[in-house]
Amino acid sequence: MGSPRSDLGERTGPRAGDELSPSTVAAVKVVVVGGFGVGKTTLVGAVSEIRPLTTEETMTQASVGVDDIAGVEGKTRTTVAMDFGRISLNDELVLYLFGTPGQERFWFLWKGLFEGALGAVVLIDTRRLEVSFDVLGRLEDRGVPFIVAVNCFPDAPPHPLEAIREALDLEPSVPIVECDARSRASSRDTLLVLMRYLYDLTAATQER
Amino acid sequence: MSGTGARPGGAGGPARRGWPDGAPERLYVVGAAEGPPAERAPLDLVTLVVTRPGAKPGAHPEHGAILRLCAGPLSIAELSAYLSLPASTVTVLVAELVEDGRVEARAPMSATAHPVALLEAVMDGLSKI
Repeated sequence: MGSPRSDLGERTGPRAGDELSPSTVAAVKVVVVGGFGVGKTTLVGAVSEIRPLTTEETMTQASVGVDDIAGVEGKTRTTVAMDFGRISLNDELVLYLFGTPGQERFWFLWKGLFEGALGAVVLIDTRRLEVSFDVLGRLEDRGVPFIVAVNCFPDAPPHPLEAIREALDLEPSVPIVECDARSRASSRDTLLVLMRYLYDLTAATQER
Repeated sequence: MSGTGARPGGAGGPARRGWPDGAPERLYVVGAAEGPPAERAPLDLVTLVVTRPGAKPGAHPEHGAILRLCAGPLSIAELSAYLSLPASTVTVLVAELVEDGRVEARAPMSATAHPVALLEAVMDGLSKI
């Protein structure tokens, strides 16, 4: 650090083939939320056309709300990485998929992340449901439409989706699906479930 | 970041500027030019940035790097990743370049614009991957 940074952007940049089509005019984003190790990056990587990239953000005390700092006293700053990937949907439209941690102490990242997002996939591990409660409440408070995807870990005991819905106190209208985050097709289908849900929500709004 | 190492200014006192080694002074140096830029369409992580033809790199290496990277469209998130700078810093730099007319910023589509058509396009694109 401190050396001249004239090599910026020459050393790094999109790898060959990772450039966006020059005709791309607009982007949309979807957020994948979940606890550590739940498979967010795996899911993003499974559907992304580029190797997932990382953007880092720093939290300082000054940047968090009074409520958010509760429980993390003594921690003046945290650097948090968000992995993201990209899917070109057509010549003009590209979808970005961001994975973000669900724990309350990382909610500072949500500022700007959810604004303008189409919606969210809450990825859960049935062995650690408790992380999800706060996330679901927070998304509801923020008015972010979401679906719940249960990442199927081989060693996790199977739970019927309806039992999980009940445990999470999920509204009947919110879709809950099983997903294998390692699988491109399964991850894509999960995103499609979110899109159909958003579509139905929109259609319902417009009919009124 | 080297884990649990000592944090400058961390011993006592609230350490408002308690940055760790490495990262931070850049945040002030980079993009510190003249305070916040005039209000425009807010820049987002997925705002696509494209260098305008003939844009001059200027004196700041970070500006030059963005201009080079954005020969084709790239999102602010991608710029952040490739430049190893926080997205908030890249946002400031891009705002300056937008202000100077050196880059074009393509605002993200939100579902409030043309929700049905947009969602149809997303579903159509997803089903092809």
